[in-house]
Amino acid sequence: MTEYAPHLDTNTIVNFGLLAMLLAVLVAIVRTRSLLAAVLLMGIYSLISAVWFVVLDAADVAFTEAVVGAGVSTAFLLGAILLTRTESLTKRWQDMVMPGLVCVGAGVLLFYAALDLPLFGDPSAPANAHVGRFYIEETKNDVGVPNIVTAVLASYRGFDTLGETIVVFAGGIGVALMLGFGERSMGDLPPALRSPVMEALAESDHHVVLRSVAKLLIPIIALYAFYVQFHGEVGAGGGFQAGVIFAVAVILHALIFGLADTMDAIPPELARAFAALGVLLYSGVGVINMINGGNFLDYDHLFPLAFEAGLPGSHLSGGYHHWGQHFGIIIIELGVLFTVAATMIAMFYAFAGRAADVVGEGARG
Amino acid sequence: MADVLFWIDQLGMALALAGGILSVIGSLGVLRFPDLYTRLHAASITDTGAATLMLFGLALMAGFSQEALKLLIAWAFVMLTSPTASHALANAAWSSGQKPKLGAFSLMSGKREPAEADTASGEKGGAP
Amino acid sequence: MSSFVGYANYFAVIILMMGGLYVIFSTSNLIKRMIGLSILQTSVGLFYITTSKVFGGTVPILIDEDDPARAELASRLDPAYFESAAYDGVVYSNPLPHVLILTAIVVGVATLAVGLAIAVRVREAYGTVEREEIERKDRIRHAHESYEDELDETEASEADA
Repeated sequence: MTEYAPHLDTNTIVNFGLLAMLLAVLVAIVRTRSLLAAVLLMGIYSLISAVWFVVLDAADVAFTEAVVGAGVSTAFLLGAILLTRTESLTKRWQDMVMPGLVCVGAGVLLFYAALDLPLFGDPSAPANAHVGRFYIEETKNDVGVPNIVTAVLASYRGFDTLGETIVVFAGGIGVALMLGFGERSMGDLPPALRSPVMEALAESDHHVVLRSVAKLLIPIIALYAFYVQFHGEVGAGGGFQAGVIFAVAVILHALIFGLADTMDAIPPELARAFAALGVLLYSGVGVINMINGGNFLDYDHLFPLAFEAGLPGSHLSGGYHHWGQHFGIIIIELGVLFTVAATMIAMFYAFAGRAADVVGEGARG
Repeated sequence: MADVLFWIDQLGMALALAGGILSVIGSLGVLRFPDLYTRLHAASITDTGAATLMLFGLALMAGFSQEALKLLIAWAFVMLTSPTASHALANAAWSSGQKPKLGAFSLMSGKREPAEADTASGEKGGAP
Repeated sequence: MSSFVGYANYFAVIILMMGGLYVIFSTSNLIKRMIGLSILQTSVGLFYITTSKVFGGTVPILIDEDDPARAELASRLDPAYFESAAYDGVVYSNPLPHVLILTAIVVGVATLAVGLAIAVRVREAYGTVEREEIERKDRIRHAHESYEDELDETEASEADA
């Protein structure tokens, strides 16, 4: 095997350009005192890093970063600064010295450590040569879906993904416990104290453009979420991205037509139920595999072997894949979709519901 | 036949390049223009224009295929969202009392007093 | 040149990471700290994806046997290198870090929301999200409480007497 030596190609040059942009945005975030500017710059930072992920062949990650970083997390951060304050205090320069020194020191140590890492793009690097290589070589036989990322996510490392789905669910419970489910905000308040932004939006006629375009777009966005969901085995996409896209459609509806209307369409109870249902669906598939004699989340045993042998094109009848793998992946991705979408919606309800309370207090820090 | 395909490819590249140049000019405009409305003008027109040129260029390069269709759908999406976002931004700026620095807007400003603008207009900026 | 290309990504990622850490350390505003934490987290993602890139590779989605894209991708690379890196005629990037970071991003937004919810509750309890003001209010309240305790004790001892 020849020694690997990296050299510049178009891909690498674009990569450097995007990293330079990320550094510029970082400097702007560090320097700004306005939290609104910092939040929007954070969205730009996420979008640039999503483009960077595409350049480095991580299409699924780019997808996720674009919808999560530039979409949902910006919405959450905006909600949070509306509830708290929009500017940070100015600091004396003396207070900046110590953190700066710590970061420079840690950075120098990491620079030193980075010199031991494999060169950028080396195919024989330890990370790329062993287990990563194994997944690329075996996916076709073991799982039989073209998108290796989905195969690893849902099948090889399905246990890990179950854990992550539960973390998202737990995060949703945490936010709901702290901020409520967003129910008390709208019903109990007198009309004058309902979110004035929503009221103004509903009454004023000059938002007619916004409203008609949103009316046109929201169904398309929701439909696109399902395309991403069911296309996830073949191309980039899957339950996480689809869930967040669906939540974004709902959040857009709430921002333009008012929280009350959105809660009529998707009640908080429904969001809660679906968040739990997703986790149940995911772990239910695992339990069914155990009942059929396999391991937890081992989709080869999703169908009883006698039934699988009767299906055309499966391993057992002379084909090259297990139908169980296909159906298992589809069902658990559906579970991920339910949990992620419902959790994001519940979290948004929690923040938006609080907004009405604070406006009612008439005070802002 | 192959010749035609070659020239279609070249045309696609030229369009994509023109789109890139247009967006650079647009960002220059955003940096150089004096107030929000002219900046928004520079940003939104070059945004849709550049996206149109680039997406059509890429569609020509992709040929008659599924990718070309997807690019056209993306173009339709950009044509819907980008002007709407600019409209919402300008609307929010106008109702929060931002006056244009250029042009004879004294006629218009009499119609709608900025004072009657909504109290929490900051939230609207986040909406698009 | 070769070593610059080989390490520049790591260096840039480390600078981004330290920038995020600096935002966390230097500001006392809880929301801005969450933004810093987000930057730190994204840069960890950038690091993982940097290690997953294979030179001349493509997205890890298996390409059909009869797809013309195969030949085009292969023609861009040096044959000896292609031979060493390709699987089944295509050079794929490593999918495993993609999976780890994909889920980490979604979990990241869930934890970000929890952090922001805590900040909102802190604002409701203290009226501010600046760490120094919170500490000052805590000290004042603590002083009040210990003063009241003392008062209670003296009252109790007086009653005993």
